[in-house]
Amino acid sequence: MSGGSVLLTDILKDTPARSRLSPTMQRFVRHRLAVFGVVVIVLLALACAIGPLLVPYGHLQLDMRHRFQAPFAGPHMLGSDELGRDQLARLLMAGRISLSIGLAAMVISVVVGSVVGLIAGFRGGALGTVLMRIVDAILCFPSIFLLLTLAALISPSVVTITLIVALTAWMEVARIVYGQIRALRELEFVAAAVTVGSTPTRIMFRELLPNAIGPIIVVATLIVARAILLESYVSYLGYGIQPPIPSWGNMLEKAQQYLTTAPWLAILPGVMITLTVASFNFVGDGLRDALDPRSDKR
Amino acid sequence: MARYIVHRLGQSIVLLWLVSLFGFFLLHLTPGGPLSQFANTPGMSDEDLRRLATQYGLDRPLPIQYLDWAWGLLTGDWGRSYRDHAPVLKVIGSRIGATLQLMVTATLIAVLVGGTAGILGAVRRYSLFDQVVTVGTMIALSIPTFWFGLVVIYVFSVELGWLPPGNIGPVGNSSFLIFLHHLIGPSMVLGLVTTALWSRFMRSSMLDALNQDYVRTARAKGLPERVVIGTHVLRNALLPMITIAGLELPTLLGGALVTETVFTWPGMGRLFLDSIEYRDYPVVMGTLIFAAILVITGSLIADVLHTIADPRVRLR
Repeated sequence: MSGGSVLLTDILKDTPARSRLSPTMQRFVRHRLAVFGVVVIVLLALACAIGPLLVPYGHLQLDMRHRFQAPFAGPHMLGSDELGRDQLARLLMAGRISLSIGLAAMVISVVVGSVVGLIAGFRGGALGTVLMRIVDAILCFPSIFLLLTLAALISPSVVTITLIVALTAWMEVARIVYGQIRALRELEFVAAAVTVGSTPTRIMFRELLPNAIGPIIVVATLIVARAILLESYVSYLGYGIQPPIPSWGNMLEKAQQYLTTAPWLAILPGVMITLTVASFNFVGDGLRDALDPRSDKR
Repeated sequence: MARYIVHRLGQSIVLLWLVSLFGFFLLHLTPGGPLSQFANTPGMSDEDLRRLATQYGLDRPLPIQYLDWAWGLLTGDWGRSYRDHAPVLKVIGSRIGATLQLMVTATLIAVLVGGTAGILGAVRRYSLFDQVVTVGTMIALSIPTFWFGLVVIYVFSVELGWLPPGNIGPVGNSSFLIFLHHLIGPSMVLGLVTTALWSRFMRSSMLDALNQDYVRTARAKGLPERVVIGTHVLRNALLPMITIAGLELPTLLGGALVTETVFTWPGMGRLFLDSIEYRDYPVVMGTLIFAAILVITGSLIADVLHTIADPRVRLR
């Protein structure tokens, strides 16, 4: 037993009453992987935001004298690609794109999914059935197939790719919100709200939605992870973010050709994707445990 | 039992209908509709386009077109490929075998490796092994499949030279051993995510079963732990896994698409990508709908099998 994190969690475990952290926060902090995830995400976001200003090379700057330079073997710290572009600068710029798409797609799909789930769950009846059957139908399409079809139909840009990633991810939010609302609307506080004459819209957005926020936050975190993965898939396959704009996915598109001569071009972007996606998954898992006290037993 | 199956069948038919509506909607969402391929061809006048539209019946009202198209889906006339005018179903049929080989092998790996890891993890809950597997599972689910493919090719083909870097085997030389040799890499890659999912679901299914009263009874009457786990827990924990196998189909199909691309495996996924490249919409739409039908059928079969294996489901 050594190391600062262990010490911190031990203190938290021993003095729950005096701790200034809420029980939810305590459970989250006890989840070491989730804390690791938060730290990695914050560091990555900072690096991608500030990093490109500090790297001596631009992400589009060509350097024909140092093409295919291996990492730590020349002026380019993490190596350079077939045009001598600095790998570090490109990784950080790509991170900006990939993280932004992940977050933006998450926001869109959470909003759309929540509204659909809320309406279907609260109204129920024929409308609810139709909405949820549509959700089921779209879920029958493997998301990569759907994403590629949509990507082939549109002209790819950062905005359109974000939109179509969101379009293939909102259904899960809808299902979760639907389930939550179905359970919540039978409870007494909803009857009370009806009695005092609240409008249905008010009941939906002010009474029901806040009570379903826990599972929504969890699924939102996991959707960021999914969205970053999906973006990397379409971009790798050539239908996502188009060069010269770098994304972790499209950096790997070219890398396969140079696998024998310049393997670092294939390794680094993949490590970045895995690290980011895993961090968001860890955080989502930690949040699930923290927001649902019953899950302690699992 | 029969009522449940009829009910479940009805649900699937409604889903199929919605899927076809959605597919038709996508097809006509294309700027220029199904003829956009021809609209881009140089030397095509508006006159020619209109003649083509009449020829394909695209100047009729949309509901009529939908009915015609949906009737075609039902009767097996899925249109013809723009590339070689072969019937779409025949094109898909020629490729589905290779994809199924990959999917079956990956699932076998997942059941053996992932299933075992999940069982052991649940039995020795919170042990070092369990924790390593749980974290490993989450990392495995975070690795982009195509990148893992690149890593496998780099390590096993480029560096070690143990595995061929791709394809299903050299042309003209198709012995079973050579085929197996080519199957190892892509199955490993496709199997990664499935193995992670199986280990995760198997673990939680085992934990559910371990909490049941009959397990306490079995222990109380002094049965050896081996018998309790092997007979009482495992057999019950395996039941929900039938449904999981069905639910995982979309993930498996999507993974197959990517894996086939990295390893140039001549399956349905590659066909789909090639067709997108050529703007071969009949094949793109055909493959998309075929995948959805496969998913619907898969989960229907899984649910029915689950009902047969576990009578309690029928009462729900």
